[in-house]
Amino acid sequence: MKHVPDATADRTFTEDGTTDRASVDSLLSELDEYAVEQALRLAESDPDAEITYLTVGPEDARDALRKALAMGGDAAIHVSDEDIEGSDAFGTSLVLAKAIERHGFDLVLCGMASTDGTMGVLPALLAERLGVPAVTHLEDLAIEDGTVTGRREGDGATVRIEGTLPAVISVTDRSGDARYPSFKGIMAAKKKPVETLGLVDLGIEAAQVGPAGARSAVDTATRRPPRTKGEIVTDEGTGGVGLAAYLTTKKFI
Amino acid sequence: MAEILVLVDHVDGAVRKPTLELLTLARRLGEPSAVFLGPGADAATEVLGRYGAQKIYVVDAPEVDEYLVTPAVDALTQIAERTGPAVILVPSGPDGKEIAARVALRLGSGLITDAVDVTAGPDGPVTEQSAFAATYQVTAHVTQGVPVITVKPNAAAPEATPAEPVIEKQDVTFGPASAAVRILSRTPRERGDRPELTEADIVVSGGRGVNGAENFALIERVADALGAAVGASRAAVDAGWYPHSHQVGQTGTQVSPQLYLAAGISGAIQHRAGMQTSKTIVAVNKDADAPIFELADHGVVGDLFTVLPQLVDEIERRRS
Repeated sequence: MKHVPDATADRTFTEDGTTDRASVDSLLSELDEYAVEQALRLAESDPDAEITYLTVGPEDARDALRKALAMGGDAAIHVSDEDIEGSDAFGTSLVLAKAIERHGFDLVLCGMASTDGTMGVLPALLAERLGVPAVTHLEDLAIEDGTVTGRREGDGATVRIEGTLPAVISVTDRSGDARYPSFKGIMAAKKKPVETLGLVDLGIEAAQVGPAGARSAVDTATRRPPRTKGEIVTDEGTGGVGLAAYLTTKKFI
Repeated sequence: MAEILVLVDHVDGAVRKPTLELLTLARRLGEPSAVFLGPGADAATEVLGRYGAQKIYVVDAPEVDEYLVTPAVDALTQIAERTGPAVILVPSGPDGKEIAARVALRLGSGLITDAVDVTAGPDGPVTEQSAFAATYQVTAHVTQGVPVITVKPNAAAPEATPAEPVIEKQDVTFGPASAAVRILSRTPRERGDRPELTEADIVVSGGRGVNGAENFALIERVADALGAAVGASRAAVDAGWYPHSHQVGQTGTQVSPQLYLAAGISGAIQHRAGMQTSKTIVAVNKDADAPIFELADHGVVGDLFTVLPQLVDEIERRRS
């Protein structure tokens, strides 16, 4: 789960080129809700299934875990350590992989990307670090006898793919609408256990994560000048002709 | 001169345009070498040479087509270890980004994804990206290892500079992880007569206001009149009116054409994230308060079912 700045708010960078988390409300990344939904659906068909949510982030990232727990599931792990702040995808994937290994897993479900960084590489990095198949970018999925199959919209083609568990799976926003937490779910979530871990618990050195461990750096982050408001006309019978005239002046016709 | 590896995106040897853009960008940084994985290298040699590839590394192994991503990771990593390139460029896309990330992890390299420009800098390549729904422009550089950079389509205009490429077949040892995810079937994206969404100079998109799959014929008529690709908002795609492969937005295709014409699209933040960097934006919508008008260089508040047919007629009249 990733706790991200609200995409509908005015998001900014801090001076060191990292996301400014203080100035805007954060919430559970919308794209992670699809992973929660798929986890809950899988658990509904398997009475032995246990769902544990995992996030890395400062104190208020627990809100993302509570949101997911309110949708369903059993428990959560919150990795929080001030040295992690400013990590790139490699540092973050290291922390997540260590926490996943420590807890044990049959299946790691992820959203296709976060709604803030939008790199979409974390599931692949997790699979690489954990040494398990990456069955990623799925629009639908089915699991039977320890094998996952699903449809992936790739670069030039749609493919049906298959991998065996344990695996890392990521799902897109087309995998199925996420449910809303019920009042009962919200109340129940307050009683579900949330374990907190730091870097020491995971055997990670501070230098491996955060800005010290990052393998790339932002040089500048400049706000685009807002687009100058163009000419808005109300159609009174010649809107199409006017539009054609505009496109002609711009040499598109 | 430093060697720059460019991973070729192709379908059975038919090289897709973003690869030509990458070869063009690579020439700013050094000497481009194309990395061609899978069958069809002979068919691709001419076009890769025409756009300046000095070398073509070919891995024609069945694993590349039979399994997802990991065989390409093995191949690109091993070729990079043998050749010691200054930079590795990969086309952005679900496959390309996963390949790039895993190669970077194995090489101990830094990674930058979704660059819209790459230039030579004092400490290696400097990239430009859009962030936060394209409200920010960010420049960055890799600080560790061989920079691995994925580049979005339309980042550069392909420029031909003919070269006589040397073709080097490469043997690759595929690790056990290479067979992790099997490809059961493959359906190439249909290429109609219209330009591809990511490559088009003009995109005409329809949204909720189009109000039905059958009405997308009107969007297609406008697109054909302008020589444009057809796009659709998530609302239109979710309603089943147009295929998902045409979805423009944060989780669909992000486009940056010379002209973007939005019809019946209100302009939710997720849609704006996918088209906000278009050079010229034109909108037709019944709702004068639609957020899309905040971005539009020219907006028509009106019914798209009267405005668009009139636009098509007027385009034809002006051309005849």
